[in-house]
Amino acid sequence: MREVGRGERTRIALTVNGEPHEIEVEARWLLSDVLRHGLGLTGTHVGCEHGVCGCCTVLIDGHPARSCLMLAIQAEGARIETVEGLAQDGRLHPLQESFVRSHGLQCGFCTPGFLMGALSLLAEAEGMSDAEVRDAIGGQLCRCTGYKGIVDAIRRAPAVERERTR
Amino acid sequence: MTGRGRYVDDFASGAAHAAFVRAEPAHARVVDIDVSGALEVDGVLGVFTHEDLDDGFAQRLPLLIPNDGLFAPRTQYALARDEVCYSGETVVMVVARDRYRAEDAAAGIAVAYEPLPVAADLWAASLPGAAPVHDGMDDNVAGRISEEHGDVSAAFAAAAHTFEWRFEMERSAAMPMEGRAVVAAWDEDEQRLTVWDSTQAPTGIRSGLASLFALDPDRVHVVAPDVGGGFGVKVMQFYPEEVLVPWAARRLGVTVKWTEDRREHFVGSNHERGQIHDVRVGVDHDGRIVALETRFVHDTGAYCPYGMIVPIITAAQLPGPYRLDNYRYELRSIYTNTVPTSPYRGAGRPHAVFVMERVIERVARALGMDSVEVRRRNFIQPNEFPYRVGVTFQDGGPTVYDSGDYPEGLEVLLDALDYDGWRARQRAAREKGRRVGIGIGAYVEGTGIGPYEGAAVTVLPDGSVTVAVGLGTQGQAHETVFAQIAADDLGVPLERVAVTTGDTRRIGFGVGTFASRSAVVAGNAVHRAALKVRELAANLASRTLETDPGDLVFSDGEVSIAGARERSLELGRLALISNPLRYAFGRDAEEAARLAQKAYAASDRPLPEGTSPGLGAIEYYSPVSGVFAFGFHAAVVEIDPDTCDLVILRYVVMHDCGKVINPMVVEGQLHGGVAQGIGGAFFERMAYDGDGQLQNASFMDFLIPYATEVPEVVTVHTETPSPNNPLGVKGVGEAGVIPVSAAIANAVHDALGAPVDSMPLSPARLFELVHER
Repeated sequence: MREVGRGERTRIALTVNGEPHEIEVEARWLLSDVLRHGLGLTGTHVGCEHGVCGCCTVLIDGHPARSCLMLAIQAEGARIETVEGLAQDGRLHPLQESFVRSHGLQCGFCTPGFLMGALSLLAEAEGMSDAEVRDAIGGQLCRCTGYKGIVDAIRRAPAVERERTR
Repeated sequence: MTGRGRYVDDFASGAAHAAFVRAEPAHARVVDIDVSGALEVDGVLGVFTHEDLDDGFAQRLPLLIPNDGLFAPRTQYALARDEVCYSGETVVMVVARDRYRAEDAAAGIAVAYEPLPVAADLWAASLPGAAPVHDGMDDNVAGRISEEHGDVSAAFAAAAHTFEWRFEMERSAAMPMEGRAVVAAWDEDEQRLTVWDSTQAPTGIRSGLASLFALDPDRVHVVAPDVGGGFGVKVMQFYPEEVLVPWAARRLGVTVKWTEDRREHFVGSNHERGQIHDVRVGVDHDGRIVALETRFVHDTGAYCPYGMIVPIITAAQLPGPYRLDNYRYELRSIYTNTVPTSPYRGAGRPHAVFVMERVIERVARALGMDSVEVRRRNFIQPNEFPYRVGVTFQDGGPTVYDSGDYPEGLEVLLDALDYDGWRARQRAAREKGRRVGIGIGAYVEGTGIGPYEGAAVTVLPDGSVTVAVGLGTQGQAHETVFAQIAADDLGVPLERVAVTTGDTRRIGFGVGTFASRSAVVAGNAVHRAALKVRELAANLASRTLETDPGDLVFSDGEVSIAGARERSLELGRLALISNPLRYAFGRDAEEAARLAQKAYAASDRPLPEGTSPGLGAIEYYSPVSGVFAFGFHAAVVEIDPDTCDLVILRYVVMHDCGKVINPMVVEGQLHGGVAQGIGGAFFERMAYDGDGQLQNASFMDFLIPYATEVPEVVTVHTETPSPNNPLGVKGVGEAGVIPVSAAIANAVHDALGAPVDSMPLSPARLFELVHER
């Protein structure tokens, strides 16, 4: 453990969407702030800054995590994935495509968090009941959709993926 | 979605950041402000109190909707002058190099207060002798309005039965996922102010700022980019920060950003809902309501920036689909030392419907009737439209329903619910000791109010179409719906239409997104502008194709002669022809120039008299009055008598918003509304203590429904077009939320046999109800 003084900056290395970055951060800076304002990845949204709404969900070493509850300095060496990394070569990820088709978003503010949180469900989504999907996304808030479009989108995403590989 | 959306906080990376010191006490005199601690923080650019503000910025913020009955209006100062009237009121603004430093500096400021008596509870504040919320007032009554339709006293005298009940609805709030945010940039060279604001009404913010800054409105632009939800809380004009951030940008000569955090949103952005109704109702032997009177108080919080519009809407919309020949109300708007209120999705209607539908349910029970039958007996009939309700609507004119078929709507609901089947299942369940209940809520919603909206529709030389409207969008799919309207009118593929909302650089006049009015008012403006463009295109094409404009067909982005499709012109080509300018770049430019020469050969000048270059039009639509959507919700609930856990077994929505432009968008609005209604029915309340301190100002404590709390919702529709506008449409934005509390309360009453006359139904309240019998 090393001590970092107030206002002092520390150089950290991390990988975001496959790209390595080295940046200087103050010890108190939130990971969400550094992603948004340090790296310009403003797709990660901040809805409550106390870990309840889930808008800021990103993948850290493959696992969903709330970037507003983590300090950037804790992400030293981490592999982070954000919503910007989902579409490849201008083509939407099947989950994104499914959200579009099922009206899974309205204002779009919570959407990046839902997308990153639901990625891990894709393999099993089709076999899940509505209630199971609702349970699985039960830690993220949406104020617009009433969740129906989101639940539909997640359940139909595997079919969208299959359409592409056919 | 892809991360390329742009919300206000995504702009101006690296801008200076504002932070606010907000009042802690709910009512106090400001004795001293010591900012020395802030000035020591590295990176601070400015610290401002009320004394630093000049001209209009030092005045009270505007009263948006005055009313003769509002005899004691109070709005707040952008920064408190000498008295703070709610916990959360802005007192000091700090601007620093970044947000961390701005918050450090704000934390270093010490404000000394002399406490004043606090009135936090609505009912207590309304009583004589309550501590006054404002200096210089003897009581807390901001205003009072009463109206009478028919002869209520005579009707009560003749009524077979008279009942008196009290109904209460607690304060809640819109709580969009994105809080408010403002970025302001001042260009000293051009004397130009540009503001990005997470608002539902950018045009109004622009006009206000132009006036405040004494600038030609052309030098002030306000952009509402992607907005992360609004639901009413962002239609307020003005919040202090919307004035102060631009002011600081000009004063300091730097771009300034302020992004609200969630706690600030709880104590610094408006709330709504809190109302207490005393109701007296007279009925005949058959369950017909012959007289209804309500006296009610509305909690306006510490100020009334929106006048008394919420209780006015309640009063006008309370009769709903029922004929009330004798109706009287008296509303009083009451100050409390709490966050001010302004419309939140539903805006007075959830309260109105809760009261009216509880009346129907309680009348039915008192008379031993099925509430469905009581509804049928009191409905306004389909042949009675236009129907005059007899009281004043929110726009100041009479409340006149344009169209509807309420009896049919109820039957459609009952079919979709399988009402008789559920009554049978309910009887069977009761025999086993289970507590199952069925509840219905009916509503009529005035939507699509004026004054107007505008739209600019332009065909570009590449054949694509741009549509710009003044109002902002917060996820209502305006981009899709308005594109559909223009695409239909101009015969172009949907994907060739691009819609811009809420950018005063594109169209300067407009009103805003509220009152379920966008599809109605802006939608019809888009329709008008697109038809105008179609007419211009037809005139141009008729000259070029040497045919009558009436013989032209618009489809697939082309204008062709009916019956001779090979003789056609692309719309984009017409846009080129319309602008007789040489040296054009681009595909087919040369040929277009030749066509232009041909078209104008017969004319005496390149641009014939009465025409203008470009293929575009700006048109406005102003409705004669609101248009009235309606619907019904039905809920079947079961309550476990041991755990008091409540499960919604079935939830059905029957809705009619006139002609449907896009069914998926309508469904989305309904589902989202129901989820907010579920929040209002069970979870959401602002827990103020006696000192006016908000005890649940976080998402840990103020509970918004997650996916696990929202039931599966079945939707069915009828479609009664409005005769009042060319598209035949009515608004849908707020409908979903309006009758949820009423339907749930009626269902719980039915399940437990105990009246449910206040909302929300917390677990503790459910426990009391289960054990009340």
